[in-house]
Amino acid sequence: MSYSDWLIQLAQTALVLGVAPLLSGVTRKIRARLLRRQGASVLQPYHDLLKLIRKEAVVAENASWLFRAAPYLIFATTWVAAALVPTFASGLPLGAVADIIVIVALLGTARFLLALAGLDVGTSFGGLGSSREMLFASLAEPAMLMAVFTLSLFAGSTQLSSISAYMLGPGAGINISLALALVALIIVSIGENARIPVDNPATHLELTMVHEAMILEYSGRHLAVLEAAAAVKLLLYLSLIACVFTPWGTAVAGAGVLAYAVGLLAWAMKLALLAFLLVLFETAIAKMRVFRVPEFLGIALMLGLLGTILLFVSRVSR
Amino acid sequence: MSPLDSDIAHLLAGSMVLLSFLLLYQDRMFALLNVFALHAYALACSVAWQAYLQRAPHLFITALIALLFKGVIIPLALRRIVVRLGIHRSIETVVSVGPTMLFGIALVGLSIVVMLPVTQAEGPFVREDLAFALSVLLLGFLMMVTRRNAVSQVIGFMSLENGLVLAASGARGMPLVVEISVGFSVLIAFIVIGIFLFRIRERFDTVDLQALDMSRGEAL
Amino acid sequence: MSQLAASGVGLLLALSVLGIFAARRTPGTRLIYAACAAVCAGLAGVALLRLLAPAGGLESVEIPIGLPLGRTFLGLDPLSAAFALIVNLAAAIVSGYAIGYGVHAREPQRVVPFYPAFIAGMNLVLLAQDAFSFLVGWELMSLASWALVLSEHRSPENRHAALVYLIMASGGALTLLLAFGLLAGPEGGYSFEAIRRVSASGVGPIVLLLALLGAGSKAGLVPLHAWLPLAHPAAPSHVSALMSGVMTKVAVYGFVRLVFDLAGPPAWWWSVPVLVIAAVTALLGVLYALMEHDLKRLLAYHTVENIGIIFIGLGLALAFEASGLRAAAALAFAAAIFHVFNHSLFKSLLFMGSGAVLNATGERDMERLGGLIKAMPATAVAFLVGCIAISALPPFNGFVSEWLTFQAILLSPQLPQWVPRLLVPAVGATLACSAALAAACFVKAFGMTFLGRPRTQAASSAAETDRCSQIAMLSLALLCLLAGILPGFVIDSLGAVTQMAVGARLAPQSGQAWLRIVPIDIHRSAYSGLLVFVMILLAAAATAFAVRRVASHALRRSAAWDCGFPDASPATQYTAGSFAQPIRRVFGSVVFRAREQLTMPRPGDTAVARLQVELRDTVWDALYTPIIRFVAATAERLNRMQFLTIRNYLTLVFAALVALLIIVGTWR
Repeated sequence: MSYSDWLIQLAQTALVLGVAPLLSGVTRKIRARLLRRQGASVLQPYHDLLKLIRKEAVVAENASWLFRAAPYLIFATTWVAAALVPTFASGLPLGAVADIIVIVALLGTARFLLALAGLDVGTSFGGLGSSREMLFASLAEPAMLMAVFTLSLFAGSTQLSSISAYMLGPGAGINISLALALVALIIVSIGENARIPVDNPATHLELTMVHEAMILEYSGRHLAVLEAAAAVKLLLYLSLIACVFTPWGTAVAGAGVLAYAVGLLAWAMKLALLAFLLVLFETAIAKMRVFRVPEFLGIALMLGLLGTILLFVSRVSR
Repeated sequence: MSPLDSDIAHLLAGSMVLLSFLLLYQDRMFALLNVFALHAYALACSVAWQAYLQRAPHLFITALIALLFKGVIIPLALRRIVVRLGIHRSIETVVSVGPTMLFGIALVGLSIVVMLPVTQAEGPFVREDLAFALSVLLLGFLMMVTRRNAVSQVIGFMSLENGLVLAASGARGMPLVVEISVGFSVLIAFIVIGIFLFRIRERFDTVDLQALDMSRGEAL
Repeated sequence: MSQLAASGVGLLLALSVLGIFAARRTPGTRLIYAACAAVCAGLAGVALLRLLAPAGGLESVEIPIGLPLGRTFLGLDPLSAAFALIVNLAAAIVSGYAIGYGVHAREPQRVVPFYPAFIAGMNLVLLAQDAFSFLVGWELMSLASWALVLSEHRSPENRHAALVYLIMASGGALTLLLAFGLLAGPEGGYSFEAIRRVSASGVGPIVLLLALLGAGSKAGLVPLHAWLPLAHPAAPSHVSALMSGVMTKVAVYGFVRLVFDLAGPPAWWWSVPVLVIAAVTALLGVLYALMEHDLKRLLAYHTVENIGIIFIGLGLALAFEASGLRAAAALAFAAAIFHVFNHSLFKSLLFMGSGAVLNATGERDMERLGGLIKAMPATAVAFLVGCIAISALPPFNGFVSEWLTFQAILLSPQLPQWVPRLLVPAVGATLACSAALAAACFVKAFGMTFLGRPRTQAASSAAETDRCSQIAMLSLALLCLLAGILPGFVIDSLGAVTQMAVGARLAPQSGQAWLRIVPIDIHRSAYSGLLVFVMILLAAAATAFAVRRVASHALRRSAAWDCGFPDASPATQYTAGSFAQPIRRVFGSVVFRAREQLTMPRPGDTAVARLQVELRDTVWDALYTPIIRFVAATAERLNRMQFLTIRNYLTLVFAALVALLIIVGTWR
């Protein structure tokens, strides 16, 4: 591992943080345009974050230290997880110390803390959000792991860099299991990022809200940190899908400056495309009832499992 | 055969299994019919691809039959029947969706376990297809078992038959005559069932098959 | 070294006798617990030395008591040493906790004498190198813990729990006796050496079945788990910690000893029942735990889940070993033993935490707790660490063993047989599901107990527990973290064990960069708990620092917002029942045949609205109820036997004798 690799790693870590609000700004803009609205500037999330940070934080009287510490821990674990996903360059140093199962589990830690934070003040909305979030997670997390299993069995590795390299290589091909894993992963990312039809990031005061209910008591800098964590999480999922299923253009560690520039451009284009597809799906579908969501996520779990099982059929023929 | 060729065959056959699962999951009539049409298209594509790979032109005719009858005529006719019967509400299932799907996955596993060892002598290509075809067949059966509604039972039966055709097309050289006769038998079965449906409805004012049991005194 | 260990057991037995007299006074009680802690720490040290020692022969101590024909051997081989380390480490810390906690017992003379005997029994099982002393230790462990379950004998619930436990324990011991009898063969060599040499052919599958029944019932495999959630919570909390965190591990040891060591080379299909039972156990255990709102029962049910995870690892190891995939078998086995270690840490920690809560509030019911994080900050931190660790979340230890199990699962395509190949992914899905449900379960456990507003007077007037208990809990929490960020050392020290059980060991991990663990190949998978932990800390610190620099420092305390509808009454908070309600609706309708009935009075009617939830324990209904009915009916019949004449009794005895002679005669 050379120093330049670490430098690139550091740049990537900083980049995911810097770009995340832009990505959510872009999704909002696309959504607004699709609904024939003008929409706010794509830089609006940055302004929002700054505004929130400068405001006074209001904390409920009976909130404990956990309530105030949780946003930073949630943000940190999400950020670390995002730093582990190859974005514009793969084969970076951190990839060799944590694989995709670790990424899933780190997001699990963040979710665990968030659910606790929702329960801390002792209001009915917070409990409602936590309870539903854990229900969704109890299906989304295994679904994600099954998709991961399919990919890892396919590529013979749980490291994202190796999987992405395998996908570029001659061993990969069109495979039904990969398609199933992709669909499962998409369903999970919709669910985990609180997008329509699972949850609506834009509403309050609605009995169907989940993520917003947990962070209802937060304000000021704490809320800003949590919003940033949510944006990083969306970026993480889109990067993950891009890295595994569209590995083209990604630079490999140690390549020249030009390769990194190409990688950066390719990554930006993939993200823009995925964001567009996500929003397109979102605007075309209606929000589900809460108890329909487990069925929706259950399908992802079934697809993941089916993908793993069908993989044995195609493996045997090779 | 290049890897890409077999990959595409694999993808098409696999997507039929997936569509069978979607059939199990659907709980609305029109959606069910649409998915069934998709099932037939996937079958047609799969058979056509086999025809191209095996250089067997008669399989193209099979594909065409599948596309025409099962992909267009039967779904349209069923749709008319559903509208005329006025049953475009949700389907009652005997077992709920989750366990049914789990059982379905277990069936897929079973068919792989059964098929792959016994067809050791065949090429990898045929083995895959046979495993998938058996899965489709079993899932069709499962659908017939778990549904009460006569129309969805018909669809279960048809998807089961799709599995048979898939198996036959992979196994090199099912004569066209057999295929055509199977196709016609399905059509006749469809007509009979269609008439039957109306008869049931006239008698019992429902197409829930439990009503039949009740008239035989077998209901709980 | 074996002498030292054996004398440790002797010391514990002596302490047990002393305990009869010492229990009268508080200082005496403290002294006994302190002595237990010291002896256990010593035993753990001995076990650690043995485990790290370069491979040496088994030196065993011979004790001149035992069966007339055989002698008793005690000794430490790597397998016993690993389990002895796990058992005694947890037992030492729990004893330290008991120095503070144990004095609150209502009737200490019902607890103190049995406590050292219980630990001695577990150690005897581990040290035993022959069937006789193994079974003696097993029975000592069962009976001592039975007495401890019965220590608060005034409540009828506890008496029922003790009865069920006694029946299950005797049944389990009986099956183990049969298993050893089969293994010893007609020559009757009961020492493990002799059994290994004989390696009677053909008894393997029966031994597997008996081990699943005997050790599995002690460990809590579904459907033999029924006693566990009754008995574990009934005992005082430090004993619950030992029973749940440690005694179940001794049961796992019994299974490993019988199946991996003594029963000879496994066949591939042995793994199938083990994997199926383990997966069902893992999933059902956590679902049961989610439905529970008694804190200690929740923890006990959750032990069932963890036993399932451990047995998944063991089942995988069996499958791999039978197919000659030694490296993969070593990985699966190491994962299982790692989880045994982890579970002994965090389950003991959590039970101690629940004991502290019980002591401070007098409540075990989560619906009547809440807000304890402010009154009991140290307990809350320790309990939180335990909750995160047991939910298999990084950077703590539970995640590492689960990660290793997943890595082993991902090696399943190497298996030559179709059935385990297709079964293993399904097992993996179940494992993933149960891990996610475990997180939900412990959000509920921590959130309802420590967060929110106090739901009762008892909860709002709670006070922090004593110093000894705090130190014990925090040290276990620290161990959870250390094992999570430095897993390489744990895996390395398990090398000798996997070598003994499956004939291979994992590559040494401690030389890896960033202290990462690389179970198979660096291009396949790697995990560095240390780096992940440091990165989380750095990221959190950097964020907090940056926010402090840029942000407004103003902080205002105000009433909760709650969307503008705050309610002053703590009763409006989410409760344990309401937290689990969505999960109950999704999973419970099939598993527990859950029924909800809502009685809503019409508008204007002043009657009470009522929501009734009915859950059925399907396992109990399907398995135990018929057995109980059968036993009751048989007993009814046999009742007549009590009123026979002497002549009739003699006839019976004579007939039995003749029947036995006929069997003996025809058997040859």
